[in-house]
Amino acid sequence: MNSLHIDNLSASVEGKPILNNLSLDLPKGEVHAIMGPNGSGKSTLSKVLSGHPSYEVTSGSAMLDDKEIIGLDPDVISRLGLFLAFQYPVEIPGVSIANFIRAALKSRLTDEKSFKAVDFYKDLYGKMDELGINRKFTSRSLNDGFSGGEKKRCEILQMMMLNPKYCILDETDSGLDIDALRVVSAGVNKMRGSSRGILVITHYQRLLEYIVPNKVHVMWDGRIVRSGDKTLALELEEKGYDWIKDEIAA
Amino acid sequence: MISTNEIKIDRDKGDFHYETNYAFDAGIGLNEEVVKYISEVKNEDEWILDFRLKALSTFLRKPLPTHWGSKDLESIDFDVIRYYLSKGQKPSRSWDEVPDDVKNTFDRLGIPEQERKFLAGVEAQFDSEAAYSRMKKSLEEKGVLFVGPNEGLKDHPDIFKKWFGKVIPSSDNKFSALNSAVFSGGSFIYVPPGLKLEQPLQAYFRINAENFGQFERTLIIADEGSEITYMEGCTAPKFETATLHSAVVELVALKGSKIQYITVQNWSNNVFNLVTKRALAEEDAEVRWIDCNIGSRLTMKYPGVILKGRRARGEVLSIALANDGQHQDTGAKMVHAASETTSNVISKSISIGKGRSTYRGLIQMPGHLNHCRNNTECDALLINNNSHTDTYPAITVKGDHNSVQHEASVSKVSAEQIFYLKQRGLSESEAMSMCVNGFVNDLIREFPMEYSVELKRLIELEMEGSVG
Repeated sequence: MNSLHIDNLSASVEGKPILNNLSLDLPKGEVHAIMGPNGSGKSTLSKVLSGHPSYEVTSGSAMLDDKEIIGLDPDVISRLGLFLAFQYPVEIPGVSIANFIRAALKSRLTDEKSFKAVDFYKDLYGKMDELGINRKFTSRSLNDGFSGGEKKRCEILQMMMLNPKYCILDETDSGLDIDALRVVSAGVNKMRGSSRGILVITHYQRLLEYIVPNKVHVMWDGRIVRSGDKTLALELEEKGYDWIKDEIAA
Repeated sequence: MISTNEIKIDRDKGDFHYETNYAFDAGIGLNEEVVKYISEVKNEDEWILDFRLKALSTFLRKPLPTHWGSKDLESIDFDVIRYYLSKGQKPSRSWDEVPDDVKNTFDRLGIPEQERKFLAGVEAQFDSEAAYSRMKKSLEEKGVLFVGPNEGLKDHPDIFKKWFGKVIPSSDNKFSALNSAVFSGGSFIYVPPGLKLEQPLQAYFRINAENFGQFERTLIIADEGSEITYMEGCTAPKFETATLHSAVVELVALKGSKIQYITVQNWSNNVFNLVTKRALAEEDAEVRWIDCNIGSRLTMKYPGVILKGRRARGEVLSIALANDGQHQDTGAKMVHAASETTSNVISKSISIGKGRSTYRGLIQMPGHLNHCRNNTECDALLINNNSHTDTYPAITVKGDHNSVQHEASVSKVSAEQIFYLKQRGLSESEAMSMCVNGFVNDLIREFPMEYSVELKRLIELEMEGSVG
């Protein structure tokens, strides 16, 4: 199957359950959005799928193109083709963006000699131009002293360079002004295609005006409680999360 | 990133040795007879023997500096060490004339290749004596001297005798006294006025024998307005028993000259590396120590500059990496002895596993001077929860227009940093070495290219297996 298939996944952190029998199927070629209030477990889902060691999976599975990824190391999952654009990208002093992306690309090669520095820089500069990132950024330390918007652009740049099969964007819209939001969205839209599935985690409908999803899922208390098309996002925006809460209670 | 295969080869790069027959062997242990033997083999003048014997009595009289330094010094058994081993040959000027076992050693370490690529001259020391020594002819013709201590003191006393033992007197410390008693090998260099060497001179120190002590002696004199870069590297096989390396390095930077001295110390981790390094900088002269300590069991080394002339500048840039079973006790000394002198100390240390890094700094600015400046930055990075770092700055500043700036930091590679890098596909050790290389990056950028590449590689090797 060509999908990221999550089946009855439950996970906890420090003994506290966060994900609660969550199921979701993200086929290649589609963009899905997950919306939900603070604390519903959206970010936890992204960390669990990436293999973060602080989270314990208590039951269920996640298959990336028929390969079980639960229990694998984060770098193995990454090389299988899962990319996480972080909500809070981590600062790595002294490591330049160019060197970092180059190392990440090389980690995917079986033969290091097939890496061509000239092609790499051509590709990198092209994508930086698309995202409106100044070329001087290539030598700056990764996320070190970046503004919120710069960090998010840099995440999308890495995503474009690494060419993953599945992307999870964890609140990429937070901290972006409207111009940056447009640029970042354009970058994500360019990544859409039949060979890739994209999962967009967001609080706000606004992002989905730019990245129009095939499906919208509402997350509540560690599971998906409702799925629909893009109009579900509009409905949520209008009625608020309390509406879902009342429906679940009913 | 590096593949596992390469790592295996590189990790063992220095860990091999060929059986060697020595023509001259001073035997085991240290006494007057040993010192006389060394002096006789070298056919030295009477004054040098006197110098050695006086130093021996100083050595025997001085206590180990355990009241402030590591107690591990007490593990050195001076009675089981061999103080002089040589094949009795003069240093060859062609690699073809170097005996096969010795030549193979340096071949494997890549020295002849480096010589061809970027060096102006090389001296390769094997145990007590240089096996190979050669400098480009054009430099010889311009009056540059690049010789051993023997030749230097015998053939060029007018140049070298004046400064020998003057920057670092024998009695400076117990180990400078030991070196002064039994010194053998090393480089004596003189650069004539105004001459700027474009390529570096290099010395490579190799310990081959077990239970051996290496005591090279280096004296570099840069005459007025001249410039020189000198690099030294070192390795030893991993024997079961401890080995001692105790060098004395004296630099003399005359008016307006520049000396840059680069060390990449990669001794195997059973070597006690107890080295005294000091420079004298005259008016407008500039001395820069670049000191990288990756190997050894215990290193105690605090390169210093005595800023004797107005506007002299001194700098120590150092990187220390202490892994399990290692203690890198390093630092810098800046003695301001004239007005308008400036000094800069940047020290970065990395402690892995149970490794320990210590920084000791000494800055002196007496009150009668003015407009002196010092900047000190010392940063420590801890990798594991049981890693250890400590800092002992000693700063004495008097007078009105002198300034000192001291910054220190301790940081740790965070789990979130490692997760972030792994999420992009890097393995745990690649992620760790990326963080560590990032930590030292701004400092490594100051190094000559050939050495920065080598150093980054060494750091990557050390990070292998340090995590998880």
